[in-house]
Amino acid sequence: MYAFDYHRPQSLDEAARLLRERPEAKLLAGGHTLLPTLKQRLAQPSDLVDLGAIAELRGIREEGNGLTIGAATPHGEVETSELVRRLIPALAELAGEIGDPQVRNRGTLGGSIANNDPAADWPAGVVGCGAVVRTTRREIAADDFFTGMCETALEPDEIITAVHFPRPKRAGYAKFPNPASRYAVVGVFVAETDDGVRVAVTGAGPCVFRLTALEQALTADFTPNAVDGIEVDAAELNADIHASADYRAHLVKVMAKRAIQKALG
Amino acid sequence: MPQVRMRVNGREVSGEVEPRTLLVEFLREHLGLTGTHVGCDTSQCGCCVVHVDGRSVKSCTLLAVQCDGAEVLTIEGLARNGELHPLQRAFHECHGLQCGFCTPGMIMSALELLQRNPSPSEGEVRAWLEGNLCRCTGYHNIVRAILRAAEEMREAPQPAA
Repeated sequence: MYAFDYHRPQSLDEAARLLRERPEAKLLAGGHTLLPTLKQRLAQPSDLVDLGAIAELRGIREEGNGLTIGAATPHGEVETSELVRRLIPALAELAGEIGDPQVRNRGTLGGSIANNDPAADWPAGVVGCGAVVRTTRREIAADDFFTGMCETALEPDEIITAVHFPRPKRAGYAKFPNPASRYAVVGVFVAETDDGVRVAVTGAGPCVFRLTALEQALTADFTPNAVDGIEVDAAELNADIHASADYRAHLVKVMAKRAIQKALG
Repeated sequence: MPQVRMRVNGREVSGEVEPRTLLVEFLREHLGLTGTHVGCDTSQCGCCVVHVDGRSVKSCTLLAVQCDGAEVLTIEGLARNGELHPLQRAFHECHGLQCGFCTPGMIMSALELLQRNPSPSEGEVRAWLEGNLCRCTGYHNIVRAILRAAEEMREAPQPAA
């Protein structure tokens, strides 16, 4: 790791001020992507601004017809939360399939979506539920938040504070994990919401995306059979040592069927 | 350089560290607690698992400065008055190790499992060990050891480690 200066602000205002004053600073949440990146010297921030002391960023509460999860809440707290299991169990399941128990004890929801790794699980849950990302400046709809590979709509000094998930009528998440990293080779989140059916796919492309053809098919027939009538175009999908684009296209349909089955209970 | 203070195995410790110093480096190189191992150094193998504020973590993926004010428990903190912790004893008795390199991490990881779930099934133990790699044993005796320790700890509950 290259050397950096470390800050542990007690408030969001102080954290945002540090980001403005030090343009090469990076936020540190759970650190389970950032610290490995720094160890490999793939990044050289001048400063790390640790969000760990800001209590308001942490916690899970019922709000309106849904759940609000603080940005610095670790995956393991979402996995084991009775509230999450009662209101949106698919999110508890998604969180419980990230990495391993020690990674889930540190890695956070906000860190995951700010990083927007193409194979991360949370982007599928956030887009699949039609969630709203709350920041120090505004609210951003999930559909507008994830803008490209490891890119988001966040401004340089903008900090995610929480994510609000409207409660779907039913939802399910299924993923084909990479056996070593547990990142999604393909993950599909299916939800029937008050605003219609949403299907979000992670791992398959450069950035989480909605599968509108399947959303339409599920609107007519919310069963695994709906998947049989759609085509998944491999042209835009990722190909790497773990899976070809054609295989990922195939996995999208298989994972979608499993996710629908889970949503049906 | 920043000063860090933490309680490690019940003892107040402090030291000056560079911000980039990892928790595992602080434990091993500043405090001489070499029971916590560095295996992969990439957050995968689990040899470096310790507890921070009651949760198991990979100490190769935490900065020492992030743990300022924290309560840290390492493998050295498990035995009491010269008597091994039931998990340590069970790993010994069930032959849950060969080279022993992964063992401190295995035990610290298993400890959190048993604190959360005193009666795990074999499947739950295997799933929990997702983040701990062993290159010798094939895991079978590790799982046996954890199940035996669970049984013993249920019969004679331990004081909080």
